[in-house]
Amino acid sequence: MGAAWTIARKDLKLRLRDRSAYIIGIVAPLGLALVFGFVLNPISDFTFTARYAVADLDRGPVSALFVDDVLRSTKGVRVVKVASVAEAEALVDATVNPLGGTGDKQGADAAFIFPKGFSADVQSERPAAVQVIGSQSSQTNAGVSLALAQGYASELTSVRVTVATVENLTGRRVDRLATGVKVLQTPNPATLVDETTTTKQLDPVTFYAAGMAIFFLFFTVQSGVTALLEERRTGTMARLLSSPIPRSAVLIGKMLSAFALGIVSMTVLMVATTLAVDANWGPPLGVALLILAAVVAALGIVALIGGLARSTEQANTASSMIAIILGFIGGTFFDVSQAGGALARLRFISPHGWFMQGLADLSAGDVSVIITPVLAMLAFGLIAGAIGMARLRKGLRA
Amino acid sequence: MLLAGEPMSPDATRTKRLVGLVPQDLAIYPDLGATENLEFFGRLQGLKGPVLRQRVAEVLDMIQLTDRAYDRIETYSGGMKRRLNIGIGLLHRPALLILDEPTVGVDPQSRNAILESVELLGQEGMAVLYTTHYMEEAERLCDRIGIVDHGELMAEGSQRELVQIVGQRDRLTLTATGALAATVAELETMPEVDDAAVTGDGITLTVDGAHDHLPEILSIAGKTGSVVKSVDIDSANLESVFLKLTGRALRE
Repeated sequence: MGAAWTIARKDLKLRLRDRSAYIIGIVAPLGLALVFGFVLNPISDFTFTARYAVADLDRGPVSALFVDDVLRSTKGVRVVKVASVAEAEALVDATVNPLGGTGDKQGADAAFIFPKGFSADVQSERPAAVQVIGSQSSQTNAGVSLALAQGYASELTSVRVTVATVENLTGRRVDRLATGVKVLQTPNPATLVDETTTTKQLDPVTFYAAGMAIFFLFFTVQSGVTALLEERRTGTMARLLSSPIPRSAVLIGKMLSAFALGIVSMTVLMVATTLAVDANWGPPLGVALLILAAVVAALGIVALIGGLARSTEQANTASSMIAIILGFIGGTFFDVSQAGGALARLRFISPHGWFMQGLADLSAGDVSVIITPVLAMLAFGLIAGAIGMARLRKGLRA
Repeated sequence: MLLAGEPMSPDATRTKRLVGLVPQDLAIYPDLGATENLEFFGRLQGLKGPVLRQRVAEVLDMIQLTDRAYDRIETYSGGMKRRLNIGIGLLHRPALLILDEPTVGVDPQSRNAILESVELLGQEGMAVLYTTHYMEEAERLCDRIGIVDHGELMAEGSQRELVQIVGQRDRLTLTATGALAATVAELETMPEVDDAAVTGDGITLTVDGAHDHLPEILSIAGKTGSVVKSVDIDSANLESVFLKLTGRALRE
């Protein structure tokens, strides 16, 4: 083990003097993660703001309920009550901001028109209609206003059906207004919380920080295997093999240095993205286990490639191609877990996919949820690594 | 294969300790300094602590790189790199030093320094296995010489033995005047002499061991009435032996 450690220390010293190691291991992934982080941060901090005009010609309890319990309880919505339809239309026409809400500006993103007799129509069995006028220059906020109105209309329909059913079953007339208001003000008894593994998601900043880190990890640990082939090319392998050390010490030394570089690279990226762009990797223990398993997986795969390659160039080319393919399949550039179907399942043939899934699981649970991803990545690393190391050892020659 | 009675194999770590290898290609790390290279390979040889530091200093002194010990190898000249390449092989004081063409591409001063070092190591008792294409190096350094062609050992022995094995003989030219014909007739009676003949300004003859028989030849010349003004001996050398054994066809 002493000889392996001596070789590992020498390799680390050489790598630390090689600028490309910093570029591949830290600068490139960190740069890309920061770029994505700064680009995506404004989106992640986005808060909805809209200004809606309401022309309540009805002045009845049902329209008042919509304004008070629906519009005013919606975060970011400001309500401007107007007296007439013309005034509401004028406010909508005054909206000039094409990208977002009107905020504090004059105008309205949309207007709700409650016609006279709206509440009475709702309480009877006559058809009732609320008119929504949206601004063309603020289509998102106008769309939200339409969705709010449609949601309210659906609830009114539900209430109407419920009341009619009760009246039919009991044969008694029900106070429709009181019952309807009571039902509408009652919170939903159940909400659907979807926490299937396929839909757990990292926030965009963390997603790209982790994606770039695992993607470039393969290029970082690649140096360990190519260093082995490089020693053969430069002639130093002859001297290593003539030294009174076991041949396996040469291999172990190379793997140790690549492992250390991988761990350092991932750790630096995790800390840097956490500090720089508020990436949220999750509980440190879980992240540490995932990083450890990811480095083992990467090392095993590049060892296998190195064992099959005949030259440094061949190993570099093959490793790069496979790293890119596995990175794409594993969803380091876009979240394939949300794609569903075969594409989402395919990501599990890649350690990248398991790593990203592990982090997503970790964001919504405790450390125990990452056991499967960690075991999967270790399996990748140990199986591929065992084959690769056997081939590399067999091919150890001057 | 046995080395000092121990079997040699890729995993024979104990036997490998006896060997110092100096490959033909520069087996050094250009991004490290001379000290770092020596310390790294020294550790692999089992040296450590003060012993390692002392040996590194001694070797640096021996290969005359003490003043450049901490500079990166990539800044060294070809000769300096060659000297370091040899120094690494000597670090652990091996019983057998294997040098594979250590003077290829080296300037005359470095080459001479390398040859002097090897002579010194031999005098100190180290066994040196020296591979070279330069016959004069083998003649200067080696007690025993093996001639290898296409991986096959063609002949092996001391320089004298090799010359005798292939029957190569010395060519002797006497610049002389006087009774040259009588001298030639008398010389031809010697069993070691062949092809004696009178030339324009003297006598030429082929002799087995010209240096050994020169006094007798000069004595015969004097007795038979020839006056010898100068003697030129064209001795059989390793190059002629090599060419005779391996042929003159160009190698790949």
